[in-house]
Amino acid sequence: MLLIPCPHCGERPEIEFTYGGEAHLVRPADPSTLDDAAWADYLYMRTNTKGVHAERWRHARGCGRFFNALRDTTTDRFLATYRIGEPRPAIAAGGAR
Amino acid sequence: MSRWRTATGGRVDRTRTLAFRFDGTRYEGLAGDTLASALLANGVHLVGRSFKYHRPRGILTAGAEEPSALVTVRRDSARVTPDLRATQLELYEGLDALSLNRWPSLERDVGRINDWLSPLFPAGFYYKTFMWPKSAWKSLYEPVIRRAAGLGVAPTEPDPDRYAQCYAHCDVLVVGAGPAGLAAALAAADQGARVLICDEQSEFGGSLLADRHATIDGGPAAAWVAHAVADLAANPRVVCLPRTTAFGYFPHNLIGLAERLTDHLAAPAPHAARERLWQVRARSVVLATGAVERPLVFPGNDRPGVMLAGAGRTYLNRYGVRVGARVVLVTATDAGYEAAIDLHDAGVEIAGIADLRTAASGELPAAARAAGIEVTASATVLGTSGNRRVAGITIAQISSAGSSAARRTLACDAVLMSGGFTPSVHLFSQSRGTLRWSDDHQAFLPDRSAERERSAGACRGVVDLAETIADGLTAGAESAPSRTATARRIVATRPRSSDGGHLGAVPLASGASQKSFVDWQHDVTIKDLAIATREGFRSIEHVKRFTTTGMATDQGKTSNLNALAIVARAIDAPIPRVGLTTFRMPYTPTTFGTFAGPSRGDLFDPVRRTPIHDWAAAAGAVFEDVGMWKRARYFPQPGEDMHAAVARECRAVRSSCGLFDASTLGKIEVVGPGAAEFLERLYVNSWANLGVGRCRYGILCREDGFITDDGVVARLAADRFHVTTTTGGAPRVLAMMEDYRQTEWPDLEVWLTSTTEAWAVIAVQGPNARDVLRGCVEGIDLEASAFPHMSVAAARICGVEGMVMRVSFTGELGYELNVPADYGLEIWKAVHAAGAAHGGITCYGTETMHVLRAEKGYIIVGQDTDGTVTPVDAGLSWAVGRKKPDFVGRRSLQRQSMQAPDRKQLVGLRARDGRTLLDEGAQVADRPNQQPPMQLIGHVTSSYESAVLGSPIALAMVAGGRARIGQTLYVPMPGGDVEVDVVSPVFYDPKGERINA
Amino acid sequence: MPEAPARHVPSLPSADWMSPLPPATRLAFQGGLAARAAAARVFPLPDAQAVCQARCDGDRAGLWLGPDECLLLAPATTGAAALLEALRSAIGTAAHSLVDVSHRQVGLEIRGPQAERILNGACPLDLSLEQFPVGRCTRTVLAKAEIVLWRTQAQHFRVEIWRSFAAYAAALLQEIARDYVV
Ligand SMILES: [Zn+2]
Repeated sequence: MLLIPCPHCGERPEIEFTYGGEAHLVRPADPSTLDDAAWADYLYMRTNTKGVHAERWRHARGCGRFFNALRDTTTDRFLATYRIGEPRPAIAAGGAR
Repeated sequence: MSRWRTATGGRVDRTRTLAFRFDGTRYEGLAGDTLASALLANGVHLVGRSFKYHRPRGILTAGAEEPSALVTVRRDSARVTPDLRATQLELYEGLDALSLNRWPSLERDVGRINDWLSPLFPAGFYYKTFMWPKSAWKSLYEPVIRRAAGLGVAPTEPDPDRYAQCYAHCDVLVVGAGPAGLAAALAAADQGARVLICDEQSEFGGSLLADRHATIDGGPAAAWVAHAVADLAANPRVVCLPRTTAFGYFPHNLIGLAERLTDHLAAPAPHAARERLWQVRARSVVLATGAVERPLVFPGNDRPGVMLAGAGRTYLNRYGVRVGARVVLVTATDAGYEAAIDLHDAGVEIAGIADLRTAASGELPAAARAAGIEVTASATVLGTSGNRRVAGITIAQISSAGSSAARRTLACDAVLMSGGFTPSVHLFSQSRGTLRWSDDHQAFLPDRSAERERSAGACRGVVDLAETIADGLTAGAESAPSRTATARRIVATRPRSSDGGHLGAVPLASGASQKSFVDWQHDVTIKDLAIATREGFRSIEHVKRFTTTGMATDQGKTSNLNALAIVARAIDAPIPRVGLTTFRMPYTPTTFGTFAGPSRGDLFDPVRRTPIHDWAAAAGAVFEDVGMWKRARYFPQPGEDMHAAVARECRAVRSSCGLFDASTLGKIEVVGPGAAEFLERLYVNSWANLGVGRCRYGILCREDGFITDDGVVARLAADRFHVTTTTGGAPRVLAMMEDYRQTEWPDLEVWLTSTTEAWAVIAVQGPNARDVLRGCVEGIDLEASAFPHMSVAAARICGVEGMVMRVSFTGELGYELNVPADYGLEIWKAVHAAGAAHGGITCYGTETMHVLRAEKGYIIVGQDTDGTVTPVDAGLSWAVGRKKPDFVGRRSLQRQSMQAPDRKQLVGLRARDGRTLLDEGAQVADRPNQQPPMQLIGHVTSSYESAVLGSPIALAMVAGGRARIGQTLYVPMPGGDVEVDVVSPVFYDPKGERINA
Repeated sequence: MPEAPARHVPSLPSADWMSPLPPATRLAFQGGLAARAAAARVFPLPDAQAVCQARCDGDRAGLWLGPDECLLLAPATTGAAALLEALRSAIGTAAHSLVDVSHRQVGLEIRGPQAERILNGACPLDLSLEQFPVGRCTRTVLAKAEIVLWRTQAQHFRVEIWRSFAAYAAALLQEIARDYVV
């Protein structure tokens, strides 16, 4: 069970959280302007990163807030967590412990 | 006292004799014994048959690494635990243990024939031999293999014991309470840290409990241990857990501990928990897990009476048991000499020491020679003899040319062996720390930690006692969150004995006629490993799976490194290149009860009941599970089965009035200036034009365009909506709403609150519903003109402020009363009484609700839809807001394939014979009597007897279904194809006159 | 027209260390800083930055549940309608959401020297006084149920739980307590 640093509440156990998939995928402002391929890309294509992955979590059984996290998928280490709307911090793998 | 028990010494209580049984025979041991030490004290070495060859097996070790001495312990018919290690079982009065893998008895085992036939059973035998003919597998091979193999038998009765669980937190978790662990715990506690220290044994002290030679802080090791344990126990910030195995190391320093609470007791308190799972989150972890002595791989090394030197020493020094009267030592370390000296001092005759090393020099060999013990250097073992216990061992000296010389057979009744020490890196490796091969130690040692963890003592190759304790002190102090106290100093001295060692088979073993065992538990020999390499396997991961070496419940604690070395030598590769298999949790087998804890029976899952539940139960309702909810399915009257009850309930709703508990419906209050716009963007429907006091049926799609939920949405105010969801969908819909609210549309000022449980919902449905409610509802004119279908208003309901929605999932005139949950029961009763006064009211359940809605062609999300159904497919295109520029799922619905005319569409089906009830899930075909592979064009999603229509009805998803209305299709059923007419899914009151009454 | 009928809260067991709390008025408040500040004039509400803290004034308490979310607790004698009215007039036009959830959940008090250990039988948080001091509150889990946990005194916790989960939670805590209290 991971220990996840909620940007609001601090480190809390994983069972309080739900996973929200890859972060920084912005829903197109007007999806009708996208062709099928571009829409499918938004809907289905993910980076499946090995290494530092920006992903969404929700502290569902805590403060209820969604937030973004940088997690190294090879080590499960959280390098940073940050609020929705904030830019992705510039951190490389192994940069934080 | 038996001849095997020493007169004095050890940690057993000689004043307390305990009777126990092994395979039905009564023996006596002492308090403080393990089953293994007590058996040895009775001269019993044969304790089991091996897994594959059914060879007689004895006790190899004195600890958790035991591969061989496995027993079943039986307390009563339900309390039967197989595969326990006799070396860890604490003796209690009346202990009843049984050996494994023998039939009909341990002494005369029929499976022994496998050993004589062993040329037929080499590694890979199972994979190759039983391949053909295929039909023989189920009928012949598998039953025979299953009877012959396996470790123990599981009990058939439910486990009657309680199991506890808890979460715990600490600054420093110390795993292992040997010298390094105790030192670490003391040092961390000195710095004020919250410490938790656990050890799998019944008492703390580890190797020190069997040590005669160590001096710590000027006194015997045992005295220091007692002092240290007392110190820790007295500290309120320290938790000491003996009998507690750290079985798993999970991410971010979560460690799983299994604490055994009652297995050591003769008569546990009646309801005491048997075991407790600890989930410990530690700021830092100190692993002080020690090292495991390695067997030597020589011909005949599995004979009962052949055991590890350290085990022989432990049985003597800790339990006061001599493992033999005439003992031979085979060793590649000085630890063998230490055992020889201890046994010699206890009056055991040492028939000789065979040292594999070329030079047997140093403090301990000198002491052994001084004691008159004969030492053979450059030795090897050619074989052993003895039937159920070793009776002799043939040793030889290896000449400089590599051949054997001076071959000699020594009579003996026990052989002790020491091949060196393998650091226990299991937990470290589970934590994803990396290992490195150390040529100096001839072992894999912890390299880089992945967690806030450090290893201390023997588990990282530190062998000297003083260094081990110093290592523990440093690890403990440096793991503490703050370091202010001055560091503790502990002075320890002890002869250095565990350097050296030997990996793999002894010289000349491969040419011997007797088997040389590597893995005692899975019966893997050097020959099996040789076959694996001849077959071309190079990676230990492959060799492991081919030979099953290290794959037994002991996870190869005593065998892995020898197997590696043998493979490395066979393929002429360095050990690190052959690799190391993955260490997995649990470290030792852990009961299912420990993992389940209290989550069984009524506590397995929450059982959610509505405020009206008890009334329904008293009225005889039959309940069904919907998610975690219990919902009344139907209310049978005496003599009625479900069919009869549902038919009666259906008729009552259609003809007079029915009462239904809809409290489980999900409810979400959507509030804020942005509420209407929020729903506009989310649901397929239009909301802006929904007036206050009005309701609308809403459909929620995922972004892929498929229906995920539906429900009625009521506008309570300009900025307030009451959204209902399906019973099972409530948490999912709320989570989806929060996702869009927080992450996609933070511009909207809107908030969501679950009110599912705030309201009890009482549905009153049927032509008499208005009459029934007239006396119950204040503040609303219920007439159709004033309060038409799809209206909502606040009202006083039986004296309580609530909300009335005029909605219907039955197709009849209907209302849903929303009342504060605590009042739900009394208001239900009041409405029920009012119904009785107005021509009768009938309680109905979910089964009737399903029939009634199907008669109207209303879908149930998750039954008629399956995650691939669009609103158009479901015949709900009327609900989709055509003019909306966007909503969740709209772009996907625009794709051409989503509008293809041959998509599966919702239709009604009626059997032509007017009688056949179609199976839900049955397929639909457009041609009869097809042979496989059949062409299928749809499936039945709902199917019921309709009491009102007098025949069965069904809903189905059929390719291009709406264009097929009027056609005949075929539903293959077990009795043959059923001819069906494709009809509109609205079977009853297609014009909707009743609902608007 | 009938008078208000009897009110039935879920029936829950009591013990030396556990009591169901009487019915209470509960409001779910959500909103931005302006609404929160305005509401705090008429009801004790923790600041948005007072993470996981409760603010009390007599028998009324505001519990921080999230950066824009509070649970308001008051005795049942303070009717929800009156409280809503007072808050709405204090908040005025600032955007917010107030929802009456009085009947959605029930309160359980867990108390005594074993309270921490009993709760830790199913709650994964560090409940030691140094990590979870008096006044701390949070939404969390109790085995398979979601709860709001509030430490009201060193040895007193208040558990708020949705009504249909309350029987499960109480039974689970009783099962856990068997190993800690006689
Ligand atoms: Zn949080």
